[in-house]
Amino acid sequence: MNLSEIYTEIIAEHNKSKRNKKQLENPTVILKGRNPSCGDEIELALKVEKNIIQDASFTGVGCAISQASTSMMIDLIRGQTIEKAQLLIDTFLGMIKREITEEDQLEILDEAVALQNISNMPARVKCAVLSWHTLESAITTEEGKTSESSQSSH
Amino acid sequence: MSNHYVNDFPILQKTMNGKRLVYLDNGATTQKPLSVINAVQEYYAAFNANPHRGAYELSVKATQIYEDAREKVRKFLGAEKTSEIIFTKNATESLNLLAYSYGMTFINPGDEIVISIAEHHSNIVPWQQVAKAKGATLQYLYVNEAGILTDEEIEKKISSKTKIVAVTQVSNVLGIINPIEKIVHKAHSVGAVVIVDDAQSVPHFSVDVRALDVDFLVFSGHKMLAPMGVGVLYGKEHLLDKMPPFLSGGDMIEYVWEQDTSFAPLPAKFEAGTQNVGGVLGLSAAIDYIEKVGFSNIEQIEEELIHYAIPKLWQLPFITLYGCDDLSKKTGVISFNVKDIHPHDVSSILDADGVAIRAGHHCAHPLMQYLGVNATCRASFYFYNTREDVDALINALGRVRGVLGYES
Repeated sequence: MNLSEIYTEIIAEHNKSKRNKKQLENPTVILKGRNPSCGDEIELALKVEKNIIQDASFTGVGCAISQASTSMMIDLIRGQTIEKAQLLIDTFLGMIKREITEEDQLEILDEAVALQNISNMPARVKCAVLSWHTLESAITTEEGKTSESSQSSH
Repeated sequence: MSNHYVNDFPILQKTMNGKRLVYLDNGATTQKPLSVINAVQEYYAAFNANPHRGAYELSVKATQIYEDAREKVRKFLGAEKTSEIIFTKNATESLNLLAYSYGMTFINPGDEIVISIAEHHSNIVPWQQVAKAKGATLQYLYVNEAGILTDEEIEKKISSKTKIVAVTQVSNVLGIINPIEKIVHKAHSVGAVVIVDDAQSVPHFSVDVRALDVDFLVFSGHKMLAPMGVGVLYGKEHLLDKMPPFLSGGDMIEYVWEQDTSFAPLPAKFEAGTQNVGGVLGLSAAIDYIEKVGFSNIEQIEEELIHYAIPKLWQLPFITLYGCDDLSKKTGVISFNVKDIHPHDVSSILDADGVAIRAGHHCAHPLMQYLGVNATCRASFYFYNTREDVDALINALGRVRGVLGYES
């Protein structure tokens, strides 16, 4: 294992950055993600309006991998539709599982491609995917709310 | 300055990531000497049969091996009778046996079970289950800022309501040795039984159950050179006798009728089903090895290692240590954090230098909450560790902050 393949400058920068690590004003959905094996916990907040993720942020504690992964994810989803966020999730998880390896396909992940080599460190994969799984659950929660409200309006 | 014990451990000859393996996670499990590995192999190559069951020679031999190991454990712990030594899977199973058999039978609504805040989850969760099921209260002994259980705390928390006191002799996170004699004295004065989790102590210093006068004591083989999957429960005979079986089935019976069963006497009453005989033989070989090294030697080596390591860690301004104020009350366990860096990153970065430490909550969430940390790094020594291992740890720690773009 080569450390510089994992702890790249981009990871180090995102780990230190507080840009996306803050409380969100008027979030529409807040969800906790937990790694039971290490006790790490993040709280992801989304503000979804008209199918668009207007803003997102996170709080909580975790290792550099999980913090950087979360920060990069938020950069990617801000201003995107729910469908695009789902595509990003599928692509990211596919990259980690090595099911998606084509550069063209991975292009949409932008800086998050820096986490591709985490698949060489099985002990740390769960750190990289924590926030992405949390986002997926948050989207499901948000969609549930939308369908509920549209049902009740009938 | 290496020591010759290393040569007896095949795994310690290995390299990791191109570097010599520096194994500092002995609190999680120890490595196994060749004599233990050979004992297990020899059992399956030459003696394997189901003990207590066959009238043929192999089964008789397997029975003898199994019961000889029980006698060895009895002597090792200073117990009075072999009937007081029960083989289990590990300390966790031993504690569950006590919670379900003793706790669920003898705890009543309003009773109190006292444990310490520095327990491993295995000595917390079973008692939560008992307390919930029986309407009892779980009381905690809190350690002071130095990680120590004070006399005042023991006096305050153990009362006439206390029926069970279950404490670890050594914290798996802090390595601090608890005052078991004082706890036993106080608990017995109020009529409570004392259960001691010795998973982190039996491997490191001599323990005599009669001198300590503990009622029950548990440990795992794999933290003291033996294979995984074998553990021990010691209990005073008169207490084990009045407890109902935990697991039931083969070998724990005297006679079975269609609707009822009479149980076998101790120790078989608590050993249902075919046991891990190969593992038990491995445990026996592990005790032989430890006795050959000698506890005074083991204690001296570990003491020298922490006295060498901790002052070096004090000199690193980015290190925070936990429970390292008084080195006289401590085994070879050092919990610490690196400023700004999560323990999992520390562990991954050290791994690149071949240094294996534990990072995380160490199965001790309540202690982590109490210390106000999310996780720590833990280096834990055994007698085969050396000053070179400490140097490798210190050197690797010097690199950690730089890897993540922080100034050293």
